[in-house]
Amino acid sequence: MENIKKSINRRSFLKASALAGGGLLLNFSWLASAKAAYTIGNNLNAEPTWTEITGYIKITPDNIIKILNPNPEFGQNVMTSLPMMVAEELEADWQKIEVEMGPHDNVKLGPQFTGGSNSVRMYWKPLREAGATARQMLMEAAAQTWKVPIEEVTTKGGILFHQKSGKTGTYGSFASKAAALPIPKEVKLKEPQHFNVVRSARKNVEGLKIVTGKPLFGLDYKQEGMLIAMIVHPPAFGMKLKSFDAAETLKMPGIKAIFSQKLYEDGFEQGGFDTRTFNDMLVVVGKTTWEVMQARKKLNVQWEPAGDTKDTFGGRGQKREVTVPGELESTDAMFKKMQEYAAKPAQQLRKDGDPETAFKNAAQIIERTYNAPFLAHNCMEPMNFFAHVTEEKALVAGPLQAPGWSEPTLAKLLNLPGDKIEIQMTRMGGGFGRRAYGHYLYEAALISKKVNAPVKLVYTREDDMTYGIYRPMYTATYRAALDANKNLIGFHVKGGGIPEHAIHANRFPAGAVDNYLAEGWQIPSNITIGAFRAPRSNFNAAAEQSFLDELAEAMGKDPIDFRLALLKRAKENPVGKDNDYNADRYAGILTLVKEKSGWGKPENKKYNRGVAAYFCHNSYAAHVVDMVMKDGQPYVERVFSAVDCGIVVNPDAAKNMVEGAVVDGIGNAFYGGLTHKNGKPEQSNFHQYRMIRMNETPKKIEVHFVQNDIDPTGLGEPPFPPVFGAVANALFKSTGKRFYNQPFAPDLNKKEGKQI
Amino acid sequence: MANFNIKVNGKVRQVEADPATPILWVLRDHLDLPGTKYGCGVAQCGACTVHLNGNAVRSCQLPVSAVANQEITTIEGLSAKGDHPVQKAWLEHDVAQCGYCQAGQIMSAVSLLKNKPKPTDEDINAFMSGNICRCGTYTRIKAAILDAAKS
Ligand code: FES
Ligand code: FES
Repeated sequence: MENIKKSINRRSFLKASALAGGGLLLNFSWLASAKAAYTIGNNLNAEPTWTEITGYIKITPDNIIKILNPNPEFGQNVMTSLPMMVAEELEADWQKIEVEMGPHDNVKLGPQFTGGSNSVRMYWKPLREAGATARQMLMEAAAQTWKVPIEEVTTKGGILFHQKSGKTGTYGSFASKAAALPIPKEVKLKEPQHFNVVRSARKNVEGLKIVTGKPLFGLDYKQEGMLIAMIVHPPAFGMKLKSFDAAETLKMPGIKAIFSQKLYEDGFEQGGFDTRTFNDMLVVVGKTTWEVMQARKKLNVQWEPAGDTKDTFGGRGQKREVTVPGELESTDAMFKKMQEYAAKPAQQLRKDGDPETAFKNAAQIIERTYNAPFLAHNCMEPMNFFAHVTEEKALVAGPLQAPGWSEPTLAKLLNLPGDKIEIQMTRMGGGFGRRAYGHYLYEAALISKKVNAPVKLVYTREDDMTYGIYRPMYTATYRAALDANKNLIGFHVKGGGIPEHAIHANRFPAGAVDNYLAEGWQIPSNITIGAFRAPRSNFNAAAEQSFLDELAEAMGKDPIDFRLALLKRAKENPVGKDNDYNADRYAGILTLVKEKSGWGKPENKKYNRGVAAYFCHNSYAAHVVDMVMKDGQPYVERVFSAVDCGIVVNPDAAKNMVEGAVVDGIGNAFYGGLTHKNGKPEQSNFHQYRMIRMNETPKKIEVHFVQNDIDPTGLGEPPFPPVFGAVANALFKSTGKRFYNQPFAPDLNKKEGKQI
Repeated sequence: MANFNIKVNGKVRQVEADPATPILWVLRDHLDLPGTKYGCGVAQCGACTVHLNGNAVRSCQLPVSAVANQEITTIEGLSAKGDHPVQKAWLEHDVAQCGYCQAGQIMSAVSLLKNKPKPTDEDINAFMSGNICRCGTYTRIKAAILDAAKS
């Protein structure tokens, strides 16, 4: 049985102790696969290395079970689904479980990283093992008390039973005794067919707090004597502070301090995720949010061009300097520059066979170029953080996806040892990758230190949008070589971006085409970028899946059958090495979405249908998008989604996540985009940055999961990228035009489909 | 700075603030009622929705000086235990993802149902499109509203 503990041998520490007042406290510490959690991008599929994850299960004599959730919650449901995994093996009564958010503890709780669709995947084994161990100890305690063999003890819903004698007892009543027992060397994990918590829908454990408006979020955090701080940042990327005069502003009501300060001193070695936008902070501190907002509007500030600047990065034993160009960039000029770069030779990322010859001999070559703009994350809760820093210690609290990456930098910035820094993670009002970058936490801490008071740093919506860590601007040109019989004999993708390209060279259709070439190039920029829900994939899926659709059309094939045929080839006779997808699982979602959407069925004729499928972050997702015309505009009325993410822990919450990804994808495909004029973002709030709303949301999103017993492979990101492609393909059916430039809405309303 | 007596969730509260201060910040910073959320400050997102005499308004646009003698209800005052039919429907449909927008969504939905106890799909679209949900929970919001309308 595969699930019998193998990894338990890697266990480094497990400790049971009695709770004050009786009961069991099981501190568990497993070695879990967590390397992947530290890496966003290419290496997500790398063999995991092992790190330690510790947590606890507390069982009180009155049978209340408390579980510590290690990972920050940003809407992906980990506060519920991770404890469900513990409860499954513990055989606890879910109604009696209380969940507590763990503090940041790099040593005990492991990476605590929310991102990369990794939470459930990373904690799947360790948390179940913890539950199983506690259960076994409780059974042992009962067996000893009842003087019966442990094999005859059974459990259900937090109660222990001995059927023959009719004895029963709650977990709570045996918890103290269990605490004194030795830790079992080996425990058995359940086979999936015996799951009864996992795979059945459980409601959000914070649901009631959310609907009653309890203070859960960073912006709600408050402490006695707390001041509010805001940062006035340069109006454009490439600018910096020249001078300011605060004399008048300081007289305004409630204003306590106005000063400028650097975030990182020259030469400060930043960690890989310390990305920040502007290094000069012009800070206004006051009593209330409104007063600070008013004061900063009145500040007299001069800005000047920053010129080229240098960033120093440390970590991993390598110090490197990066020059950030000082240009004041404009979207039109950036777009032209991308076209110039696209014509130049690029870095070869993968080559199979002889693509040059294939294209030379081709009877037909199809070439298409796709473009996409910067995207702002626009988390509903703007960036913010609380900090109280003194000479001896620091307490910081707020919304943060990756406390483990932030702590070392914070320690260096504050000159405090790590154990004098306490990071508390509040519930996040969205994250989408944005809150993996802890600079706003450092800013808050430095401000608190300077004013010697507890401070909450608040970004306004305008700050949040114009002072962002954006999804990069991307382009990619796809070429296909067809022979005289319309067989695909060569495939070429060349992608670029500002400041990085999006190409995943080993993804489908690599492996399915004999002659294949992938290339990439990039243009440096001072516009700051970072992870955005399914980094890079969110562009690739749009471009590649639109191209495959156009290819299928040119070849006279059904778009699903065409993909399935390629996947069959990739499975039976793969081209090249390192193809990082599983052709069976890929084909599985296409087959499922085909069936569930009634693809090709006459009753669906009234819809303009677009299909797309993609693999990223270890999982597979396909969508069929059904478009109709509504008030003269194409409207996505229905969506059918098929997802293979292995075992689905909390099915209804997982559905919610896929529905959200579909809505997010439709919204960004149609409307998402941040443009610049002389370095200044042209959108600063939702009146300019269009977000999808209720009236543009599909009437129905039907989500289907592939049923299998594969360990969970992640869900937050995978359903998002293919939505773009499916929408583009449905738009073609609706309008007869191909859409190559995101966002699609502006092109829709032009007579000719002009490029950006 | 001036003193204002405002009525929030049935209680008269005294506040000293700049007359232009939006109720949103009065609630959050002065009165310790952080259930009402800040999302945009420019009437574009609906996160700050409260009821003024029973009707949904964007509290980021409502200066404290304009609400004397009027009833303000926030999410904290909607029900004693989270058992308003709309809150119950929200829980039943497990609407929330991050949850940040949901107080505003609920306050809008309650106001919609007050004016249109049996809303159509189009009524819901029209009324609720002022509330952004970045996580994309709109289909569940709609389903919850339709359910609440039955009770
Ligand atoms: S904060 Fe008032 S509408 Fe957005
Ligand atoms: S649930 Fe996150 S913004 Fe609506």
